[in-house]
This record gives sequence, C-alpha cells and structure tokens, in this order.
Amino acid sequence: MTEQMNHEKYLVSIEHERLSFFTPVGEVKALNDVSLHVSPGEILGIVGESGSGKSVTSYSLMGLTAYPGRIIGGDLWFNGHHINDMTEKQFQKMRGSEIAIIFQDPMTSLNPVYTIGNQIREVIMLHTNKNKQEANERAKELLTLVGINEPDKRLKQYPYELSGGMRQRVMIAIALACEPKLLIADEPTTALDVTIQAQILELMMELKKKLGMAIIMITHDLGIVASMCDRIAVMYAGHIVESGTTDEIFYQPKHEYTKGLLRSIPRLDSESHTKLVPIEGQPVDLLNPPKGCPFAPRCRACMKVCLREMPPVTTFSDTHYTQCWLNQKNEAEGAAQGGDAK
Amino acid sequence: MSNDDDILVSVQHLQQYFPAGHNRYVQAVDDVSFVIRKGETFGLVGESGCGKTTTGRTLLRLYEPTDGRIIYDHKVLFDSGKVPLEQEDGTPILDESGNPKMGKKTKVDMLPYRRKMQIVFQDPYASLDPRMTVGDIVGEAIDIHHLAKTRQERYDMVVTALRHVGLNSEHANRYPHEFSGGQRQRVGIARALAVNPEFIVCDEPISALDVSIQAQIVNMFENLQQQLGLTYLFIAHDLSVVKHISNRIAVMYLGKIVEMADSNELIFHCVHPYTRSLISAIPIADPKTARASKRIVLQGDVPSPLNPPSGCRFRTRCPFADEQCAKSVPAWKEVSPGHFAACHHLDRVK
Repeated sequence: MTEQMNHEKYLVSIEHERLSFFTPVGEVKALNDVSLHVSPGEILGIVGESGSGKSVTSYSLMGLTAYPGRIIGGDLWFNGHHINDMTEKQFQKMRGSEIAIIFQDPMTSLNPVYTIGNQIREVIMLHTNKNKQEANERAKELLTLVGINEPDKRLKQYPYELSGGMRQRVMIAIALACEPKLLIADEPTTALDVTIQAQILELMMELKKKLGMAIIMITHDLGIVASMCDRIAVMYAGHIVESGTTDEIFYQPKHEYTKGLLRSIPRLDSESHTKLVPIEGQPVDLLNPPKGCPFAPRCRACMKVCLREMPPVTTFSDTHYTQCWLNQKNEAEGAAQGGDAK
Repeated sequence: MSNDDDILVSVQHLQQYFPAGHNRYVQAVDDVSFVIRKGETFGLVGESGCGKTTTGRTLLRLYEPTDGRIIYDHKVLFDSGKVPLEQEDGTPILDESGNPKMGKKTKVDMLPYRRKMQIVFQDPYASLDPRMTVGDIVGEAIDIHHLAKTRQERYDMVVTALRHVGLNSEHANRYPHEFSGGQRQRVGIARALAVNPEFIVCDEPISALDVSIQAQIVNMFENLQQQLGLTYLFIAHDLSVVKHISNRIAVMYLGKIVEMADSNELIFHCVHPYTRSLISAIPIADPKTARASKRIVLQGDVPSPLNPPSGCRFRTRCPFADEQCAKSVPAWKEVSPGHFAACHHLDRVK
C-alpha cells in the first residue's frame, strides 16, 4: 500500500485509525489499525458482523463517535479536511452538505413530532441561504427524485403516516438535500422487506448515476455488496481482514473469514442440497480480544503463530490485500522456491 | 387416500381476524390450507405482515382461530363447525344429498398436545426470561408436564436438551444475558426440545442472528431433525434459507397462500407473479450473476390487511393485473403434481 499523501488523491482516506470506547468495565478496542480509502464516485462496501466496527469507522469520519469512544491514533482525511483536528462547529458545517448518512432503521431515525417537510427543509435551510419557500420547492424536487408521489401532500405528513420503504426514501431525500460528495449508507435496507429492499437499492444506484457521489455501503448481506459495490472491505473485530475489488473478494478470497462467510450462505440457485459450512465458534468479545489474529479461535487453518501475533499485510494486487499468516506463509514458500509470490 | 397416514398436521381454511375497533378486522390469515407430512420441513415465506407468524401461532392455538379446522395426528384440535369436512388431501366429503358435510364444533384441551407441538421464537433476546437461569428456562416445560419424578431426573433431562443444541451442563446455571445471540437461540431450541416434541414451529429462528452464526443454527436444525425425527414448520422471510432447509414451501401474501410446491420446483419453476418477483428481489451473492440478471422491481407497498384489495390481493402490485383480478378471487389450481398456485394469469407468467 502506498500511503504518501493519499488524502490528496482520494475523497476519503483513513490511515491506521485506532478507536476505543473507554467503558467502566475496561477499554473496548473497536478499531485496531483500520486503513481504507474511497475515490470520488466509487461505491465501497464494508462487510462484517455486528460489533466488527463497520459502523464505528464511518461514524468517526463524520465526528459522530459516541461518548466514551475516542480516536486514539491514525489520520482521517475527507475531502481535504483533516478530521482529527476538526471542531464540532466545523463538523456541523460539513455534515449534511459534504457528507451525509442514511441510518438502518427508518422507523426511529426520523423525528416523529415534525412533519416530513419540516425535516427536509431543516437541512436545506441550514446549509444554503434559501428561504422557507425556496427550501420547500427544493424539498418537493427531492421527494420526486426519490420516487415519492404527491410530494405536496407528503410534505405535510408525519413519519408515522408513511410505510417503512417510504420513510427510507425520505431519509435518502434528506441525505441528498445538499448533494453531498459522500453518502454513508448504514445497513439502509436491513429493516425492510426484500421487495422494498430491491426498490431502495435500485433507487440508490440510479441516484448515484445521476449525482455522482461516492457511497460507503455498510451491510452484512453479501448479496447486496455483490450487486452494488466496486470494492469491498471485510471487517472482523476492528480489523480490515481483507480488502479488494468485488470480483477479487468473491472469486479469489484469501482470508479464512471471507472464505467462511462465502461458504456459509445458502445459495438460491443450487438445485442439490449441500450442507452449509458454518464458521464455528462465537463472535469475539472485544473487551478481551484474543492475542494475535482475532479470527484465530474460529479459524479452520489456525497455526501457532496466529495465536501469538497479528499477521502483517499481504498484498496481491493494487487493490487486493489481506491480513492473514496463511498468505504470508504461502508467499514465503513461494519465494523460497523461487516461484511467483502469488 | 393411500398416503394419508404420514400427514402430521393438517390446516384447513384457517382464518384469523383480529378485531381493530369500529367493527373493522385485521385480516391476518384468510382461508389458509396446507398439510405437513411426518419428518418433513414445510417452509412458509412472505414479507412482514403477510401473516406467516400468525399462521404458525394460530396453528398451535396460541391465538384462537376465528374460523377453520386444525388436525394434528388425525385428531381434530379445533373446528369452528363452519367449514366443510375434507379428506386429508383436500377433497370435500359429501353427505347423502350431495351437500358438503360440515365439521363438528370442537375445541380440545391443548395441554397434552403442547408436549408434542413446540415453538422456537424469533428474537432470542426477548423470548428468554432474564431472571431465570437457563436450567429453569429449559426445565419449566418439564415441570408443567410432570415429566420428571425426581430432581436428578429433571436435571438429566435439562442437560440432555442442552447437549442436543451444543451447550453443556455448566451452562444450566447461567442467565441469558451471559450468552451471545447464537447461544441464546440454542437455549430457545433446547427449551422446545426438552419435552421431546414431534413437531416444532420455527418462527424466524435465525433472522436475529449474525451471518456467520446463521449457518450454525440452520445445520443444527437439520441434524436434530435427523437424530430425533422431528417435523418442522419453518417460517422465515429469507427465501434462500427456507429453500435450503425445506422440502416444500408455501409463499404467503397478505394473509393468503399464493403458491405452494416442492422447494426446487418453487424456486426454478414458479408460476405466480409474486413468487417470481420475490425470487428476483433477493440479492445474489455472486457479482457476475448479479450484474447479468435483471431485477423485477415491484412497485408500491403491501396494502393494509385492514382493508385488503378485492379479488386477488396481489393485484395492486401485479404487472399482469386486469379487471378480472379485481372481480374474483383466483382459484387454487394444481399446475403440476404437488405444485399449486392461485392466480388468474398463470399462463402469462411463463
């Protein structure tokens, strides 16, 4: 990985970020040396199970790290801002205008006591010098953009009057109000039904084409990243264990966790009944993470060194890298035989 | 009929309306009929609010049905007395004058059947009492049915149930909060297994779990079925999981079953427009196939079950809907042996 002045080349560049939550029972190391970058107009998928740090990573980019949490190392750059030394005031200016977020649960992320119109206008009036009437016009435009009929009527309605899919469309409208450069979608469809999920994903792809923003798609659904994302980062216990283009991750997975995930999902298109191959064991307890590679206790190919030390990064191509001792070993053996390092 | 003997559960014209005030009713389940054979897994899929959970719970009489008949192991558990008697394959029984014979109004005491019919709930965080130890949670059903004569016997039964789900005796003294989601769901399953049931309703048992844990639980269900000869009603919204585990699948939409077939038949040769769009809406975890395939995106939302559309309930979102669909409820047709669907335009979907 070349890390020199990445922040000038990329829209988002996170380098060696460490973030911990200092709770009464001890330090929870949510992020351990996370590095990633997003180019303008690109869709990056972050995949991982609950507690792997996928949301925390993107929230820290917006200065939304919740209270006992603190960034304790690394550099975060977004669109020329050095996130580490930004003040709350600067964050407020940036949020909503340059960077926006869609949360998982549209039922709870809209304010129930304000109308839809009120909530969309709020963003517009905060970041532009439009007056209420102009903001209202823009709000109507936005609702049409996200495929909501009768925008005039909807603007006067409260969130409880809309269905889940509609609410998520409103969330997207709010997020897009100021045409941000980066949209963070934090499990935007987990709370929705599959047919509604298909509508929302379709809408996001369409809007991305129209507006050209970059998207960070946080999800645990490999199906969603397969169809949407350009690149994927797989997270486990606060580490990016593997990162690569969508094809690299799906067709040449290198990390045992990625391989395990791909093996463990049932396939709709297979006619014969093959048993699923689960990843055994339980998720990591972040309060007492295992020494060495966090995945080692659940890994099928665990070696002694895995339990002792965190593996270094092995690079396969410009885009594809993983943190796994097994790949180090293969590489070393390959080199010893004078063969190709792959 | 020749193969009636292996039918374990038979649900006929089941109806569940919940009063919603002002003389209105939520038509959660309407005229649902199916049979489940011994040792098979019957999958029930559909979107939220389609009535799949209500069907499962009504079948166990956790809710009292408003109409219909439930037969378990050839014994009628519930009969409203308002639906015609049927043979267990669905053909109506006629009396001397040729009119369909009605059933006798029946409501049996469920306690002896609760031992045979168990349920695993969706949310392992909400379905375990936080103030009871795992041993007591699993042992509660043993106490209710007086299955253990001594404390030692009870303890042994609890431990056997825990071992079945991959936990061990030391877990019996712990409380639910000490377990992860996957382990809690195992406790929920152990609770169902404690009384040696024959039939288990699995109500979205894996949807609250992490992806890497889901496969563990799915495999466990399969292994338990083989070891203990269980029969499952597997309810879920995730068609790929249901397809994986089920022998036969029924697809529900707004309180009605729209299509039912063997699982491979249903996935590869579906005939109902709703099933087809449901299958196409599932994101495929394979980038090349995903890029190549074109999704059929349904427009709009599911209508309210308070006031479902007339005729075919799917017509408001169906690409083939016409006047006929608004006028009459589509009949239940056998498309090929064992493959049923209810749609006016079956020929057009193909």
